[in-house]
Amino acid sequence: MQWKKLTAALLLSSATGPVLAVALSVQVEIPSLQVAEYHRPYVALWIETDKGRHQQDLAVWYDLEMKDNEGTKWLKDLSLWWRRSGRQLEFPVDGLSGATRPVGTHELFFAADSPQLANLPEGAYHLVVEAAREVGGREVIRLPFQWPVTHTQQQQQQGEHELGRVALQLMP
Amino acid sequence: MNIKRLSACALLALGLGAVATAQAHRAWMLPSATVLSGDNAWVTVDGAVSNSLFYFEHHPLRLERLEILSPTGAQVEAQNRAEGRYRSMFDVELTEEGTYTLQMHRQGAFARYQLDGEPKRWSGPVNRIDEIPANATDLQVSEIDSRMQVFVTRGEPSNANFKPTGQGIELLPLTHPNDLVTEEPVSFQFLVDGNPAEGLSLLLIRDGIRYRDQVGEIELTTNAEGRVELVFDEPGMYWLEVELEQPSQHIDGAKRRLSYSATLEVLPL
Repeated sequence: MQWKKLTAALLLSSATGPVLAVALSVQVEIPSLQVAEYHRPYVALWIETDKGRHQQDLAVWYDLEMKDNEGTKWLKDLSLWWRRSGRQLEFPVDGLSGATRPVGTHELFFAADSPQLANLPEGAYHLVVEAAREVGGREVIRLPFQWPVTHTQQQQQQGEHELGRVALQLMP
Repeated sequence: MNIKRLSACALLALGLGAVATAQAHRAWMLPSATVLSGDNAWVTVDGAVSNSLFYFEHHPLRLERLEILSPTGAQVEAQNRAEGRYRSMFDVELTEEGTYTLQMHRQGAFARYQLDGEPKRWSGPVNRIDEIPANATDLQVSEIDSRMQVFVTRGEPSNANFKPTGQGIELLPLTHPNDLVTEEPVSFQFLVDGNPAEGLSLLLIRDGIRYRDQVGEIELTTNAEGRVELVFDEPGMYWLEVELEQPSQHIDGAKRRLSYSATLEVLPL
């Protein structure tokens, strides 16, 4: 989805909901990979301070549907996130756990008054996206931002291995 | 044989300078993973005595003294024990969240001697060294305290199993041993008989010696508080060894040999 389209969508939904509260949106592209054995990657998104201290989880996508919670066995492969946060959690986590996503671009929106952002202190942060794929590799992308949002901020980076384009937009 | 007599023999043996202490072989346990997630977590562990790390090339590790402690301190039974030509193995089911300690602690006395022209060996508790025949010759005896540990964690690392026992060399994790990554400072404290031990020499060797020309040992010495601090440049499984020799408090004239070893996993940041 392009930013123009996103804006349109926001405007559109403003008629029905508290759209103006949308403050942070993330686009994560899961790339198409030419590999013999493909599994959808596990992906974690979180906010850390510019000093690297974990601040707030945003999402974790894993094999949610497996019986007996077996998909949690590979959560440790998101090794950075596992160490920073995951190992302290009980799965599934409401509002955080989600199923793995197919190839394509996926978007997440968070309102300034959402539980994820409402208590975020003023400061310099990174959005961190980590992906780990079964029989594949691992990749981490960081995008900087300032909070609270006083002007529109846009950041993006192209992944090289397990992630495609990751884009962050913040709107006051 | 009483202790006095033994000590005389021991002194004699020491005087001859014939105490062959150097043991080139390394004993180790190698866990399949040290950081685990999920509700149904197991590790499988190899044990061996070898020269090169971590290769099975000499002897299987004897598992008689294996003790497994759960994060809450409960004794856990090793499953699927087996012993092969070069290695032994066992499995551990991690039913609790937290850090498991897999360890072998060996304490006692060890003796070599000649009896009727035959070389003999004896080991047992210090208070039973009179089992060594009175007519033994060329007696060399030493007191031993050796500890080998491996740590594996399901979920969040826990510290309950790190309460010092006050015996032998012990590791106090200022950095948790299942929380080691490259580029971040790591610090450990070492105790000898419960006290911070200054001047201990530590050796760290990374897995995969076969695939490089130099062993690349990391050598460290504990400071006045018994601490060492380091940053690992490369991820991998590391074998840690600490050795100390001091006079025995229980057997006059004999040496007490203390050792500590652990297999530590360092993950990429």
